[in-house]
Amino acid sequence: MLLAIDWLLLLEKLVLIVIIVSVSLVIAMYETYAERKIAAFMQDRRGPNRAGPFGLLQPLADGGKLFFKEEIIPNTSNKFLFILGPCLAMMTAMMTSAVIPWGGTVAVFGRSVSLQIADINIGILFVFGVVSMGVYGIMIGGWASNNKFSLLAALRGASQMISYELAMGLSLIALLMMTGSLRLSVIVDQQMTSGVWNVVYQPLGFLIFLVCAFAECNRTPFDLPEAENELNFGYHQEYSSMKLGFYLFAEYINMFISSVIMATLYFGGYDIPFVNEAALIAKGNNWIQWIGPLVLIIKVGFFIFLFMWVRWTIPRFRYDQLMNLGWKKLIPLALLNMVLTGALVLWLKK
Amino acid sequence: MERLTNRAKAVERKPMTFLESLYLWNIAKGMGITLKHFFKKKATISYPEQKREFSPVFRGLHVLNRDEEGRENCTACGLCAVACPAEAITMEAAERLPGEENLYREEKYAAKYEINMLRCIFCGLCEEACPKDAIYLSETFAPANYQRQTFIYGKPDLLIPHPKEEPELYAKAAGGRVVVKTGN
Repeated sequence: MLLAIDWLLLLEKLVLIVIIVSVSLVIAMYETYAERKIAAFMQDRRGPNRAGPFGLLQPLADGGKLFFKEEIIPNTSNKFLFILGPCLAMMTAMMTSAVIPWGGTVAVFGRSVSLQIADINIGILFVFGVVSMGVYGIMIGGWASNNKFSLLAALRGASQMISYELAMGLSLIALLMMTGSLRLSVIVDQQMTSGVWNVVYQPLGFLIFLVCAFAECNRTPFDLPEAENELNFGYHQEYSSMKLGFYLFAEYINMFISSVIMATLYFGGYDIPFVNEAALIAKGNNWIQWIGPLVLIIKVGFFIFLFMWVRWTIPRFRYDQLMNLGWKKLIPLALLNMVLTGALVLWLKK
Repeated sequence: MERLTNRAKAVERKPMTFLESLYLWNIAKGMGITLKHFFKKKATISYPEQKREFSPVFRGLHVLNRDEEGRENCTACGLCAVACPAEAITMEAAERLPGEENLYREEKYAAKYEINMLRCIFCGLCEEACPKDAIYLSETFAPANYQRQTFIYGKPDLLIPHPKEEPELYAKAAGGRVVVKTGN
């Protein structure tokens, strides 16, 4: 029985997991740096520039600071849940990267290795399932702190995430009607072979998805759960040291992952624009498969910049405005988009 | 009622249309503004490497002046201490002994002269009060320190370098504003 297991496959996947987890951690780390730099630049400042060249060691200094801060667990909190909260937030943030196709199939030591940890047939559903579990991190953290402000902020956050997941799901349904598959690798493949990215067919759907992604990641203008300046930080008010760091870090990983998802679903994933990869690979240019992941990272970089650009432009929504936008604007628009897409797909197929 | 200016604008209170209520166009406009600032020249001055130029009337740390031969101008008359609104200046007078004529300009001099830089408000009244051009406010400010005691500046801290023995340091400390008295 044991011999039947493909040990090399297991090793290959393990190495891939380690690489992807560390890459997303490093990217999240440098997102904090980028955030501070971009914020500074947009406010005509210079941003962190003392730690290392151009302040590049700043994230390390920040991390070191968080590790050495005093660890405070409130007396009246539920200790188990208090610790579980940030762990959950971090875990759900990391889990989604498992189903994302980071690239095609590359040859390593004579083995063809797929740059996707798990090519499951419900890929995008898995992402949605895990992402909606992220709300537990917030809820548990806010509830376990035994603090009114934290609890209220957690409730705010939970209702926001649930409301925007609806519109997000609806805009996604329209996309899935066109692709006909939930498998992320198939969605990317279709865009690569046709050469036209899904955003061309689904501009409205992408816009709704983008807005909802901002809300899902608790980014400005939807960062009510953690309104830093006027609502006492929200659900992680009682947290300190690296537990707070985990919450903040999970947000940056979420931002990275949702950028990857947007790039994959609407912007062709690891597809190199204006290049016919299949023809090149047929001629024996296998190295092109190594470019794919880099292209994906560039697309992701653009989305991350967009996240930050919006954050430092737009002020926060009021809570009723937030709910109005979610339920009265985005959901009807997403429904309209869905119906239109469905009708067009049927009409074109006939 | 008569209007004071013609700049008043009537506030529009008509309800937003559906497209407006999506805020998309306004968000795009706002993002255009932030992007413009992204490439603008930064207002920051990287302080220790780069220093902002002071205005010509800047009043910084005090210097106790000497004349061209390097003799101290101060006669410990106490007018600066009287003029000081923050009572930051203390001094003790002493009489010049024979043989010290190359050190002190007149028969009386300040044996001790202290300014508490934490009390000082850098108003420059001491400079105005001094009849002997002995005290000037320079173009430097007091560096930060951990102990309060270090902010009480004594004569060694305040005295300008000797114009003949250390002419370069003297010129630097004097800047463009210290008047050098010649003759008696």
